[in-house]
Order: sequence, then structure tokens, then C-alpha cells
Amino acid sequence: MAAHSGLRPTTAPVVVESLVRGFGPKGVLNGVDLTIEEGEFVALLGPSGCGKSTLLRALAGLDRAVSGSGRIVVPAERAVVFQDSRLLPWARVLDNTTLGQRGKAARDAGRTALREVGLEGREGAWPHELSGGEQQRAALARSLVRDPKLLLADEPFGALDALTRLKMHELLRKLHRAHQPSVLLVTHDVDEAIKLADRVVVLDHGRIAVEQVIDLDGDRDPSDPRFAAIRKELLATLGVGETTASDLRRESA
Amino acid sequence: MTAVITPPEVAPPEGKPVELTVDQRPLARKLGPGAPIRLSGLIGPLLLLGAWFLASWSGVLDPRILSEPWTVWSTARELIADGRLQDNLKVSAERATYGLALGVVVGLLLALVSGLSRFGEAVIDGPVQIKRAIPSLALIPLLVLWFGIGENMKIYTIALGAFVPIYLQTHSALRKIDLRYVELAQTVDLSRTDFLRRVVLPGALPGFLLGLRFAVTGAWISLVVVEQINATSGIGYMMELARTYGQTEIIVVGLVVYGLLGLLSDGAVRLIERRALRWQRTLG
Ligand SMILES: Nc1ncnc2c1ncn2[C@@H]1O[C@H](COP(=O)(O)OP(=O)(O)O)[C@@H](O)[C@H]1O
Ligand SMILES: [Mg+2]
Repeated sequence: MAAHSGLRPTTAPVVVESLVRGFGPKGVLNGVDLTIEEGEFVALLGPSGCGKSTLLRALAGLDRAVSGSGRIVVPAERAVVFQDSRLLPWARVLDNTTLGQRGKAARDAGRTALREVGLEGREGAWPHELSGGEQQRAALARSLVRDPKLLLADEPFGALDALTRLKMHELLRKLHRAHQPSVLLVTHDVDEAIKLADRVVVLDHGRIAVEQVIDLDGDRDPSDPRFAAIRKELLATLGVGETTASDLRRESA
Repeated sequence: MTAVITPPEVAPPEGKPVELTVDQRPLARKLGPGAPIRLSGLIGPLLLLGAWFLASWSGVLDPRILSEPWTVWSTARELIADGRLQDNLKVSAERATYGLALGVVVGLLLALVSGLSRFGEAVIDGPVQIKRAIPSLALIPLLVLWFGIGENMKIYTIALGAFVPIYLQTHSALRKIDLRYVELAQTVDLSRTDFLRRVVLPGALPGFLLGLRFAVTGAWISLVVVEQINATSGIGYMMELARTYGQTEIIVVGLVVYGLLGLLSDGAVRLIERRALRWQRTLG
């Protein structure tokens, strides 16, 4: 592998170097470099089909069957949240939350996590008895139980209605503050990225095309002019004008 | 918004219910079969019984063709009084239970091995498909040669018929488990055993239970045949003996017993199904 120019040794928990991935002859990622610091919240933006999920799945170790090269360093304590909540329909909510963990300590941790995401009292419910937002909360609880150093989330709120999504943003922000994992959030919602992330990266043509540190403090208000400025810039790099921003948000990958 | 909506102060007069306006919403078209009817499984069989009564009572049905219900009833009481029915029933039920249990265990194990490993499938699936094409009952001559005409032969024949639907349904349900759940299992580092316990088995359970229903019915059918070929006890033997003496009413008692056993065991499996698959949202 060719040495990458300007690459310093790093202690960052997540390091991706010259990552190449493709399906058959078609290249999807052609040399992605990305570092995520401890506790850093990174949002990954990009048009549908540009390879966001491919990158996230590589970090999750879910791409056995995909050809490619490059170097990936990730902590062993990872958790993945998918766009669908992916709760096992035959397991009650608490059992879903503690999936992969055994013993009383795990069940207590599961209860605590459910309380944290606001699902106290629903431990014994079947997944189909929960609303879409609640199902996604349960999925978040399942990842919390694992006390991850890296949280990988692939458009976790993409299937939720706008109001529920706003609530979930608050929840995710709260959980990130409380547990301080590194986060890679894949999203196609520019506002969501600006609101939640410390840094936004844009994937384009198989590479990280743009990096934007979000140095807004406090409650990030979309009507804040600085917020709007960042949004305009990001939308421009995505090749989209303001008018189509809402379409982009609605589109799902 | 500044408008404040105050509720109109019309308290309902004491003792009189509030009048409701007629519900004129166009309701969504009803497509499901509707609310379940209580004891609905009994309605059809009772109608059949009624028809039999009517046909015998009116003389349309010759008792030499089919005995009257009341003759069958009194014969059944005699058979119970001298203990013949219970003894034979016990023998039959034991055979069916052992055969079914053996078939279920074998079918389930084969389905798991063949469902979870490509090599296992290559080895197991072909022979099972071949067996599926050969009715177990056609294998009886061979089984008699191998195992004699004792209990073992009967149990193996029943098991041989029962394992096939268990295998087929479990295997197919297992292969239909959504890959997304397998992926989930990978991301939460499930061990092989936990994967089996938490994902594979519950995911394949609907198929297994469907197979079990087929297997139970099949077990009774095999039982009838083996008991009429080479047996000195059992319901089938009792009927076969009655045939040589021309006792139609005993044959009918046997048939009714077989029918009841079939219905009861099917009902039992369905009950298990309902309890075990509560997580499903179906027309049910
Ligand atoms: N399993 C697969 N087999 C073949 N092609 C795939 C597969 N998964 C993704 N792709 C292709 O790779 C490209 C990137 O997909 P993906 O990473 O899912 O995009 P995104 O998540 O950014 O919308 C797409 O063009 C898609 O068609
Ligand atoms: Mg995607």
C-alpha cells in the first residue's frame, strides 16, 4: 500500500486509510481516509448510492463478501444502529435489548438502557406493539447495553416522521453526552448532520470530498445565520440548491 | 395561535345518557375474516354427525352399509365396559407417540444441519427429497424384513412418515429467516449457540409447527396401516378383527376413535402454535 502523504501516527480509535471497496468491477470507495477521535461525533453526508453504507459496513466488519483494500482500525466495542430497528420480532423488547449478553447484570443493564431511551415499562412488549420511533429507541438501547466505544448509525432516523426525528435527535445528543462514544452517523439530512455532529464529512466519488468542523455551541438552531451558512455551504458541495434541500432530506437510500 | 377554545357548557341531564350522533364515517372495507367464532372447530363435525343421524333414522342409510349412530354408541359402551377399547387405544397411542417423537427429533436435527451448513444440505437434502417421493407405507415390506413384525417396525414406519414434513417445513422456514437478522447477530457478536437459540430456532418455529401438524396427521395414518397389517393389538387390529366377523359397528367405533384422536392432536398442536407464535401479527 502506498504511503499516504501527511499521515501521522495517531492514537485515534477509528482510523481508515486508503479504503477501496467495490462490487464486481464497479468501484464504490476509491481511497477513503477518515479519522475519528475519541468521543467525536462525525456525520457522513453524501448523495444516495455514493457508498455511505458501504463505508459504514466496512467499519462494522460486515463486508466479508466485498472486495477491496485499505487499512481499518476500529475498537472492538462497537454497536451498529440500522435504518430499520431490526428488532427480532419473536423476542420481547428487553430480550431484544440484551441480545448477545447473558446474565442478570445484562438484564439490569438492559432495563437501565430502556429507561434512558424513555421506554421504561415497555420491557415486556413485542416489537410490533411499538411505534416506529419507539422501535428505534429500543435499537438505541440495544447498542447502549454494549457500552460501545464506537457507535455506527446508518440513517437511523431516515424512516421516521419529522417530529419523531427531532425528538430522536435530542435523545441521541443526550446519549452521546452521557456515554461519550465516537460516533459515525450516516445521514442524508444536512440539518441533522449540522445539528448533531462535531464534524461533517461529505463522501463524493468514492472519497471524502469535504470536511467541515461544526463549531456552533449550545442549542444549534437552524434559524441561526451561522447554521444557515454551514448548511448552504454543505448543500453546495452536494450539488444541491436550497430549494431541493427538503427533497434530499426526504429521499432515502 | 391565540384563540382559546372553551368547551360548550352543556352538561348531560341527570340520569339520561348522552345522545350520540349516528356514526356516518365511511369505514374501511373489511377484508380480514373477522372476529373468531368460539368453538368454531366443532361446527363442521357436528353438522356431519347430524346428517348421519338423519340418514340412518329416515332409513336412507342401510345399516349394513353404515351402522346407525345409536348402535355405534352402544357398541362403544360395551367395548369400554369390557376394557377392550382402552387397552387397544393405549397400545395405539403409545405407538403413535413414540413414532412421532422419533420422527420429530430426527426431522428437526436433519433440518438444522442441512439448513445451517451447505455441506450438510448437500448430503441430507437429496436423500430426504427421494424419501419424500416414496410413501413410507411402500417401505413397509422392507422394514418388516429388517425389523420383523414387532413394535420396532411399527414405530420406525410412523417415524419415517413423520420426519419428512418436519424436515421440509423447518428447513424452508429456516432458510427464509431474514438475512438482516443474521447481520444483526454478527454486529452483536452472538455466539453460535446463542445464534441458534435466539435467531434460528425462533425464526424457524412457525415452519416447525406447521410441519408438526402434518406429521401428527401422518402419524395416525401410518398407525392405521401398520396396525391392520401385522398386529395383535391396537385400534387398527380391533377393526381388522371386526371386519373378519362383519361387525360394521366396531369398525365405525374405530373410525370415530381415529377421527377424535386426529382432531384432538391437531387441536393440541394448534394451541401450541397460538401460544408460541404470539409475536406474529397475522389474520389468525
Ligand atoms: N450487495 C451489493 N451488491 C452490489 N452492489 C451493491 C451492493 N451494496 C451496494 N451496492 C452498490 O454500491 C453503491 C453504494 O451503495 P451504498 O453504500 O448502499 O450507498 P449509500 O448508502 O450511500 O446510499 C451503490 O451503487 C449500490 O448499488
Ligand atoms: Mg445507505
